[in-house]
Amino acid sequence: MLELDQVTKSFGTQTVLYPTSLVVTEGTTTVLIGPSGCGKSTLLRMMIGLILPDAGTIQFQGETFTAANQLALRHRIGYVIQDGGLFPHLSAFDNVALLARHLGREPSWVKSRVAELAELVRLPQSALSRFPAQLSGGQRQRVGIMRAFVLDPPLILLDEPMGALDPLVRYDLQNDLREIFRTLKKSVVLVTHDMGEAGFFGDEVILLGSGRIMQRGTLNDLLKHPADEFVTRFIQAQRWVQSDDVNTSKGRHRGHSGEHSTLQHDKHVTSKPN
Amino acid sequence: MRPTRTSLCLIIVVLMASTSQAETEKPLVRVGSKAFTESVVLGEVLEHLIADGGGRPEHRAELGGTQVCWKALLSGDIDCYVEYTGTIQQEILSGESVRGDESLREALARRGVTMSRHLGFNNTYALGMPEELAAKLNIRTISDLAASPELPRLKMRFSDEFIERDDGWNGLRREYGLPEIAARGIDHSLAYRGLQSGSHQITDVFTTDAEIRLYNIRVLEDNRSYFPLYQAVLLSRADLQDRAPQVVQSLHRIEGLIDNAAMIDMNARAKLDRIDESRVAADFLKDKLNLSITLPGEGRSARLMQATHRLLDNLLQHLMLVSVSLIAAIVVAVPLGIISYCHPRLGRVVLNSVGIVQTLPAMAVLVFTIPILGLGAWPAIFALFLYSLLPIVRNTYTGLSDIPQHLRDSAMVLGLSPMARLRLVELPLASTSIMGGIKTAAVINVGTATIGALVGAGGFGQPILTGIRLDDFSLILQGAVPAAALAIVVQAAFGYAERWIIPAGLRIQST
Repeated sequence: MLELDQVTKSFGTQTVLYPTSLVVTEGTTTVLIGPSGCGKSTLLRMMIGLILPDAGTIQFQGETFTAANQLALRHRIGYVIQDGGLFPHLSAFDNVALLARHLGREPSWVKSRVAELAELVRLPQSALSRFPAQLSGGQRQRVGIMRAFVLDPPLILLDEPMGALDPLVRYDLQNDLREIFRTLKKSVVLVTHDMGEAGFFGDEVILLGSGRIMQRGTLNDLLKHPADEFVTRFIQAQRWVQSDDVNTSKGRHRGHSGEHSTLQHDKHVTSKPN
Repeated sequence: MRPTRTSLCLIIVVLMASTSQAETEKPLVRVGSKAFTESVVLGEVLEHLIADGGGRPEHRAELGGTQVCWKALLSGDIDCYVEYTGTIQQEILSGESVRGDESLREALARRGVTMSRHLGFNNTYALGMPEELAAKLNIRTISDLAASPELPRLKMRFSDEFIERDDGWNGLRREYGLPEIAARGIDHSLAYRGLQSGSHQITDVFTTDAEIRLYNIRVLEDNRSYFPLYQAVLLSRADLQDRAPQVVQSLHRIEGLIDNAAMIDMNARAKLDRIDESRVAADFLKDKLNLSITLPGEGRSARLMQATHRLLDNLLQHLMLVSVSLIAAIVVAVPLGIISYCHPRLGRVVLNSVGIVQTLPAMAVLVFTIPILGLGAWPAIFALFLYSLLPIVRNTYTGLSDIPQHLRDSAMVLGLSPMARLRLVELPLASTSIMGGIKTAAVINVGTATIGALVGAGGFGQPILTGIRLDDFSLILQGAVPAAALAIVVQAAFGYAERWIIPAGLRIQST
């Protein structure tokens, strides 16, 4: 689906990404995780051609980004940012419909597609006529997801999509999103700094630190066999419980209403070994 | 019934056609005048003489000064106007240090302009004192004043300009050996009242001031010829001789016709007695040349009609100046703002350029554009256009630059082309700022459009200019109040227009 081969990036004298390679397999979810400034957002922005690598190649469905094909490639990739990145001058409906209309899709097609997507992300129809400023944070994010999905792209990129949401809203949206990704068999790359979210979504979790991949694998691999001191420290910093106690990939067990309840909740699930 | 009506219509049409044809057969001769009463009165005198010589006169009155008249004469927007020899020397041929009437005449002829002989009066600085006192002390000349034993008891007050000018008080004092006085300036018109009230006895005057008659002032003879001569002469385009020889002949009758006393009298009638300049000029010509001139549109009701007509005319002209210049500015400035945003390096040049344009004095812009655009609305529109650029370019640029990065990215990642991003996302997001710039430009334009009167473009500047000229406060208000009201209306209209132009979603956020 998506292949990055030895890509690097510097801004001025500062190297934000050392030679890095990764492959996103069709139908799987890859999570990029790491502290601020580790290069995870740079990597994601490269995947849609917002940033061009200084060296190395990026291939999406066998094509590399060029000035000529970048618009067409972007139409086959959905991109969701924190808080939805909605255009404030357009209603929710118009935000979602913008690209399809611009590409000349029939109004009737657009209308039914938006309604379909609203149902998919469980957005009330009444919210469609509202402007972003009139929507709740969770609704804005759902509209942002609808916008990314409008042309039904095979690849979805998400840059800290839940970052601005309060825990309960985030909980619901995480559930809905994973369900959507699975049913629609989307290839997904998700950037987060939350281990719990990484484990919940990720078939593969890639931990980045200061421009390099520090470790990759399932969350359980990372927790059980941290590659080095950095990985250990990063996991500790999440105030996560011991690796033995964790159920990572299956099911949904964690509440997110605060750090303490998270810990307590997680202790409950220790009885269900992986 | 029917045939009569048809034939009546036919007669009217034929009549109209024939009169208008007769009118067009007469050569059109355009007169200019500057924005002070003497110049306007003289313009009217020329107008009557042109009509009497078989021409079709048109008077472009109250133009904004020597340079405007001169440039208009050169470009053919006017055919003639009255100028002063001193002004020709100082302002028109300033680079050449031409002395004497004959060399002036030659220098002007080289530019295709004919200078007449003197009209008869000399409008220059002089010292004035109350006639009664001057008679009592037997003072006729400035030398008499300098020699008078009463001199120490005579108080002098002069206008600021007279004190500061090289050819003003300091030189005069040395020339005649007058005593030094504390240089305290006084407003020219207040100086006359001071003479009357006795707070001082000597002041500087212009030799054809209307107040000389009003306050009965003796103008002391400059017996050592210290003050430069400002002899009135008629300047006309040389080609007028070929186009309208009879008109030129008729105009020549003004040579030697107007002495200082006559000019003072006409100024006083126009400025102090508030008699229409056209009437003043007609009475003068009736008296001197026995011309009988019928003036249209006199009488109370006609004047009232004129007043409302004038207000409507001024409003329409003013709106025309503002709207044409504003639309042109929008068409140019919004793309300039977009280019500045897309190419930051070029943008700096553009923004600096429109900033510099903003600092150009209006008068300079007008004078420079007259040779190309002529007199009337166009130079004014051009000036207003230039002044509208900065707020619109700057606000377009700022509006686009201030779009948050995450919204820009959102438009990029959708796979919209640069043009589509601009049209669908960036311009709508910048619309609040762009509209703000246009609104600023419009409101400033309504105020600035009053300069249009300086080049004969009309508008609310016209009554202001005439009001200043005639010292008529109510006339000034007739221009200033509607202009201010129009600015408020424009502001409100834009507030309303914003509802249509700025997307609803942005207005929700801003409230």
